Amino acid sequence: MSTFNHRVCPATGLRIHKSAENLIKANAFVSIVFLAVGGLFGLLVALTRWPGVHILPADWFYLALTAHGLDVLLVWIIFFEIAVMYFASAVLLNSRLATPRWAWVGFVLMLVGAAITNVTVLQGNSSVMFTSYVPMQAEPNFYLGLILFAVGALIGCFVFFGTLVVARDEKTYQGSIPLVTFGAMVAAIIAVFTIASGAIVLVPTYLWSLGYIGHIDSLMYRTIWWAMGHSSQQINVAAHVSIWYLVAAVVLGARPLSEKVSRGAFLLYIFFLQLASAHHLLVDPGLSSEWKIFNTSYAMYLAVLGSMIHGMTVPGSIEAAQRARGYTKGLFGWLRNAPWGNPAFSAMFISLVTFGFLGGISGVVMGVEQINLIIHNTIYVPGHFHATVVLGTTLAFMAATYLLVPLVFQRELIMRKMAMWQPYVFGLGVTGISVFMMGAGTLGVPRRHWDISGADSIIKFDFPGAAYLMMGLNGMFAVLATLGGIMFIVVVVGSLLFGKKTGDEPLKGLTMETATEYGSMKHPKIPGTLVLVGVFFVSFILYYFVNWKYLAEVWPLR
Amino acid sequence: MAITPPPERIWWNLPVARSELIWIIVAFLWGLVMFSGMVYWHLEGEQNLSNEAYRITPEAFLEKATAMVEQHQVREDSGMPVVHPPPGSDVYLVARLWQWWPIIEFEKGQSYRLHLSSMDWLHGFSLQPVNINLEVHPGYDMVVTITPTDSGEFGVVCNEFCGIGHHQMIGKILVTE
Repeated sequence: MSTFNHRVCPATGLRIHKSAENLIKANAFVSIVFLAVGGLFGLLVALTRWPGVHILPADWFYLALTAHGLDVLLVWIIFFEIAVMYFASAVLLNSRLATPRWAWVGFVLMLVGAAITNVTVLQGNSSVMFTSYVPMQAEPNFYLGLILFAVGALIGCFVFFGTLVVARDEKTYQGSIPLVTFGAMVAAIIAVFTIASGAIVLVPTYLWSLGYIGHIDSLMYRTIWWAMGHSSQQINVAAHVSIWYLVAAVVLGARPLSEKVSRGAFLLYIFFLQLASAHHLLVDPGLSSEWKIFNTSYAMYLAVLGSMIHGMTVPGSIEAAQRARGYTKGLFGWLRNAPWGNPAFSAMFISLVTFGFLGGISGVVMGVEQINLIIHNTIYVPGHFHATVVLGTTLAFMAATYLLVPLVFQRELIMRKMAMWQPYVFGLGVTGISVFMMGAGTLGVPRRHWDISGADSIIKFDFPGAAYLMMGLNGMFAVLATLGGIMFIVVVVGSLLFGKKTGDEPLKGLTMETATEYGSMKHPKIPGTLVLVGVFFVSFILYYFVNWKYLAEVWPLR
Repeated sequence: MAITPPPERIWWNLPVARSELIWIIVAFLWGLVMFSGMVYWHLEGEQNLSNEAYRITPEAFLEKATAMVEQHQVREDSGMPVVHPPPGSDVYLVARLWQWWPIIEFEKGQSYRLHLSSMDWLHGFSLQPVNINLEVHPGYDMVVTITPTDSGEFGVVCNEFCGIGHHQMIGKILVTE
């Protein structure tokens, strides 16, 4: 072991190897740059869809929307996930990183791929949206960049798996891998499936754009594209749930209530998430209802079950840790006395609650075969996934960043006040985006649409005034979210440049005393969590049946 | 902790707390309820897709639509033919860059076999303000039996991105009493 360059983290006692550390830094830094770029494209999109502002002309709007989807949904999230995988394997397992040179090759491929696709989109002939549905065609380099990016990410996954093998071989830990590493492994396994689907659909599309293939069926494309497109969102879920556990552990010393239950819930993701392609195809021709129902329900909602379990065990572990620390007053004394001023905790908790209530419930409801008829391709859909991907994933990754800056970058956070407010500003902004897009969607407002007023079209259709109001509110909350995003970038990049080098206690002020022992209690009591879960469940049931009622009012269809 | 190996080596044999077990069972049963909901709606609900679809070339589809227009055109509106097909008949709506062709006039309470297909890229059939949304592919003839229950003028907005003129692609469906 001595042949490898490493330092010992003074806070956790973990060995951090230089090779892993540099790769985590590089991936995390690049991801944040793309978050900034993609976020600004998002602001332009929202300002254009704000009817009173309507800032971009149509061609630039569709260009910005394509770039926004690619840079935040793909590039920001996957670069950060690679950093999370390296952290969860090398750092948490006390190990060196397997084949750091290959990891750098993967990093460079991802960076070059992202750059090629971005430049191609900016050149203007590839405004085909993130989904690039055929037969609409982008420039060949658009697909080439995506393929290079995916190959780089695949290498990252295998470096992660290799590190698990190395750590086991060199006995750097005792017993089973930690839960967070387990969650990251689930994410990596889903990533391999995702990238395989991506290769099946994007390689032929690349050849088609070069003229070597004559025809690609649009339904086949959508089926396989979504085997990649939605599965990649399941990588995000597995990754950000792991981060919820990570933050609860580092900040509060929380211990999972039951390793068996939490790991079992992760396992459900691997078994059932791959069916996700279906819920994008519920109103497409040529597919049977039997196929749609089985797949859109992830085999009778077994993957949803996984998320519902995490939705209880994550706050439950926090409650147990807080109660063990003495915050036992009433149902919610543990929650009132949580470290709300610590951005890592507040970002994580907002992510948890909004992902469940906004993203989770809306996702299940619009994935019902028949209810999809009143939601498909309306702006309700981006409303839903801004709750899952921005509130859920991005906010959780921001929480993780607040821990990575002192732990891995070894810098103290600067501008603590701004950092403290950041998760609230960003969380509120994106909650508004999500709620008002969903609201406008129920009024039929289409997604990916430059001008709902129909000013340029021969035949007119007037959307109700409430739809315009909600699109305006969406724009205003997007400005707030952008402010939260800028605060994040300023704090993080500022800390990396000007933060004080961390000393003996890198996490000073960011962690509390650990509560790994719950005394004599084998199963700690979590009454507050049970109430929260109950509220969630009742909301879920109500919202589910309300939507059936909406559907029942629509013209009969057979 | 979640960042350290489980303290007990044989963690998979430890008993699970009752509260967790109850939630798992409740969530599982709720999943079954939601699953049955979709099946139930096929039996009792009125808004279902029959998933009737055929392969067709854009040319063949356009030919059928043109024949329908020639037979049932009643007038012109905004430079586009308005057709009033007999109830129960096959009605063809062409999606192409960037229009829905032709304008269709239905009778309230009558059923029609509405055929949808694209001549070029993907389009999205979004009937507003009723809010029925369907994906329209080139090469597929999707058949939906539709029964208007309100009269008036309805918009057909395209809600699948189809290029620079996407926002101009608005069609019309009329329903007479």
